[in-house]
Formats: sequence, C-alpha cells, structure tokens
Amino acid sequence: MNWLRVYAIVYLVFLYLPVLLLPVFSFNDATVIAFPLQGFTTQWFKELAGIDALHGALKNSLFIGIVSATLSTILGICAARASTRYRFPFKAPIMGAIMLPLVLPEIIVAVSLLVVLMQLGFSLTSWTVIMGHTLICTPFAIAILSSSFQGLDQSLEEAAVDLGETRWGAFSKIILPLVTPGIVASFLIAFTISMDEFIIAFFLTGADPTLPVYIWSQLRFPKRLPSVMALGTLLIVASLVLLSIAEYFRRRGIRRTGAKDSGGFL
Amino acid sequence: MSSALSTGRLGLQIRLPHATFAVSCDADQGGAKQISTRFDTDAKRGLTLISPTAIYVLLLLAVPLATIFAFSFWSQDFLSIDRTLTLKNYREAFTDPIYRVFLLRSLWISGVVTVVTVVLAFPIAYFVSFHVPPERKALWIFLITIPFWTSYLLRAFLWKVILGFNGVLNSGLLGLGLIDEPLTFILYNTNAVVITLAHAFAPFTILPIYVALEKIDRSLLEASQDLGEGTARTFFRVTLPLAMPGVVAATLIVFIPTIGDYVTPRLVGGPDGLMIANMIQTQFLKLNNAPMGAALSVLAMGAVTLISLIFLFANRRFLK
Repeated sequence: MNWLRVYAIVYLVFLYLPVLLLPVFSFNDATVIAFPLQGFTTQWFKELAGIDALHGALKNSLFIGIVSATLSTILGICAARASTRYRFPFKAPIMGAIMLPLVLPEIIVAVSLLVVLMQLGFSLTSWTVIMGHTLICTPFAIAILSSSFQGLDQSLEEAAVDLGETRWGAFSKIILPLVTPGIVASFLIAFTISMDEFIIAFFLTGADPTLPVYIWSQLRFPKRLPSVMALGTLLIVASLVLLSIAEYFRRRGIRRTGAKDSGGFL
Repeated sequence: MSSALSTGRLGLQIRLPHATFAVSCDADQGGAKQISTRFDTDAKRGLTLISPTAIYVLLLLAVPLATIFAFSFWSQDFLSIDRTLTLKNYREAFTDPIYRVFLLRSLWISGVVTVVTVVLAFPIAYFVSFHVPPERKALWIFLITIPFWTSYLLRAFLWKVILGFNGVLNSGLLGLGLIDEPLTFILYNTNAVVITLAHAFAPFTILPIYVALEKIDRSLLEASQDLGEGTARTFFRVTLPLAMPGVVAATLIVFIPTIGDYVTPRLVGGPDGLMIANMIQTQFLKLNNAPMGAALSVLAMGAVTLISLIFLFANRRFLK
C-alpha cells in the first residue's frame, strides 16, 4: 500500500502549506508577500510592539476568550453531566438544539443575534460578542466533557453517597477531581475557538475590535501585510502551546478515568 | 441515585441501570413503584441540570432564529421596520436575478466543496485506520488537526498568497519551467473558493470517516476475502457500506456550514466567486435592509436543510 502512504504525505503537505508559509514570510525582508525571498529580518516583529490598536484588540480578545471559555465550560459541564448521567424526557431534542451551533453556519448565528440585540435596543459591546462565542463554544465543551463524564465509574459516586456524603459532596469531592483534566481541556479549546472566531465578532462587536476583526481590517493594506504575517506566526505558536497543554490534560483525564483513548479532539 | 437499591449488587446495578430496571421489576410489585419514583427523580435531576444550558440556547439561538424568520416576512421602511406580513422579500429573492445567482452559486460551491473534500479525505481516513500501526494513530490524527487551530482568516489569506498572479504556486511552476506565464484561472474565481474551503474543512471530514472505519470489525473483511472476494470487491461491498455513516456525517458537516462562509469568497473569490453570506452581510450592514437579509438567510438555510434531508433519505439504508 505504498501509493496510499505517498498520497497521505502529499495530503499533509497540502494541509500544512499555508501554515508553513506564515513564518517564512514573517521573517522575509520585503514588503511584498511573494517569492523569491529577500533575506532575513525581524523588523516585522519589532513593528508589532508599536501598534496600539493591536494591543487593544489583543486585550479585548483575551477578555472575550476567557469569559466565553468560562461560561461555555460551565454550561458544558451542566449539559454533559445531565446527558451522560440521567435519563429525562425530551433528551434527544434538547441535546440536538444545544449541539446545533456546531453545524449552523456562523453567519446565521451572527445575523440572528444581531437582529434580536438591535430590536431590544442593546448596544454592541464585548459582552454581545461573548454571548455569541459562548453559544458556539458550548457544543465543543460538551463534546470534550461528555467523554470525561462517560468514562467515570458511577459506583465511585454511589459509594460516597452510601458512606454518608451528600450528593453535592460526592460530586465535588469525587466527580469533579476526576473530570478536572476534561474541564481544563474544554476551557482551552473554547478559549482557542473564541480567540480565532471572526464572523460573529465582526457582526456583534462595538467600538473595540477583537484580534481577528483587527487582522481583517489590516488585510486591506498591502503595507501592513508583513507585520500581519508576524502576528500570525506568534498566534500559531500561542495556539500550539495551548493545544499541547489541552491535549496533555485530555490524555491525562482519559488515563485517570481508565477509558480508551480514541484520538484527538472533536 | 438509587441508594435504597444499591447495597449488595453495587457493581452490576450501577454500571447497567437498564439491567437493574428489569431485574427489580420482575422481583416484586413494590419494585415497580420504587422504580417509577426513581425515574421521576432521575428525570427531574436531569432536567434541572440541563436547564441552564437549555435556557441559554433557547434565548440566544431559538429566539433569534425565530426572529430572523419573522423578519423575513416584514419589510424595511427607510429607518423603521414595517411589521405587516408580506412575501415581498421572497418574491424579490426569486425574481431578481442577482439573488438567484448568489443562492444557486452558493449551493453549487458548497456541493463541489463537499464532494472534493470528502473524496480527498476518505483515503487519508482509510490510511490512518487500516495502515497506520495502532500506537501511531493518535499522532497522525493530531498531525491532521493541528493546522486547523491556527487563524482561519490567515489561512484563507495565505491561499490568496499561494494562488496569486506572482504567488507561491505560479513562481514555483515558472521557476521549474513547467509553465511559461502565470496561471490566472486559480485566483479570484470559484476554483480558488473551492480549494480554500476544501482545505478549511479537511479535518471535519477525515475525523468522522476515520471513526466509522475504526468501528468496522476486521474479521468481516477477512471473512469476505476467505469467501473469495478480491480486495476491490471487499472494499466496495463490505468496507465502504460500513463506513457510510461516517461519510454521511462528514458530508453534512461540510455542506451545511460551507453555504454560510463569508471570509473565503471575500478574500479569494473575486466578483464571480462571492457567495450568499456576502450578500447577507451587505443587506444587513451596508444596505440596512435587515428583512431582505433575513429572507436570504431563511432561503439559504431552507435550501441546505432540504438538500441534507434528501441526502439523508437517499442514504437511509446505511444508517440502520
């Protein structure tokens, strides 16, 4: 099956091609993003330090990311726990509705939220972006947390209750510590999604742009492109670090609950 | 949960609540009552626990979607919204050629992207599932997913750099002497949109197909070969039908969101590659005609849902 391996490698090149070009052009000493390369420079990275609008956008994105990740992880814990532990009426339609944003085009989520917010007379702020991001991050949180909760041995909790713990006590002392790696992974994934999300932020942001909205505004100016490349390189490094941490916690969680590793996220 | 029932048979009961159900029901009449109360508490606890998430989704998804639907039957009257019900927006969407062109083009692009992505992804999923040693599978899946956690905006933009007039591809091919002048059919048209979106959705297709392939009992394949089927016939008569649930999931996961993509057509599509999301955005943010934008959103979603349902129906025999 040699041709299949060759195909797989060609495919990986296709997958990594754009990502690999980012660092190449961010160190390239030319204002035009094209080959041939002109020599090595770090000036585009230095330039980033002096852009105030970028720093504002970064701070705004970090705030939105942290709040959205926290909210969607909390909502995810509720739903994942309820769906893996209890049987209740209308479970399938309720879970279906909660998971819907996973396939719904983001523009539909964005415009429908925009219309409601305008009708209610809300002004657009970071909080309106948070509302949208929490909505789209929650299904991802549930997907990750469900596998953590599913792997749990229910008898541990039963034993705690039989030994006189309250139900909340059993949950907080037995269940939560066991699913903590899943919670950390869910938080990091939700944070990464929020940091990267463009359309909802584009529609729902007020005067303060998020990082992707800022980047979008810069893509129109050819002169700014090299520093945008440098920024992209930094973002890739940051998300690789976050994802490695998330993957580490996810694997640790799976080992802790004794389940079989089914590979990657999603 | 069932502390009254749980002493003695802890292991069995708790791991298999269904079994407990059956056993105690047969045991005595009193058991049935106990079980119905248990079911009630279970249901109540489950519903209470899921209510924050459910209410959030109701308020921020169901209500907004209903509002969009209502908006599509209203009309814009300069700065205010005229709330008399009308089919004006839909009539316009069907008669004005520009809307029809955008809608049909979006459906066409989504369809092509879906076919291209799934066909290109299947061999990869097959390779990882059948030819990669078990201990290295997680690494392959990790390798496949990594590029997709980098900024989508920049990935789409970089395709513009790759496909451009003096972009990576053209300068590379010129340098190798394979072409005499830069290729122009690969940027600012639907081809560029298809390539960029096929790249963007790759992992979403590989993963469901991979999961379906992993579930296939390998002894079935041996049985087929033992019974005299060749490799190709085994693939088409055993492997592929069993992998179809994954293929169907992958198809829908690509097809439905693609219709609403805004960034890629804007960056690499040029004027002839724009899609319905760009028109929706124009209606909402530029022309200030929310009802028309709402009608186009409803039409796009309606068309996608209809096609997805037909697709599901056509593949129903693979989905149990």
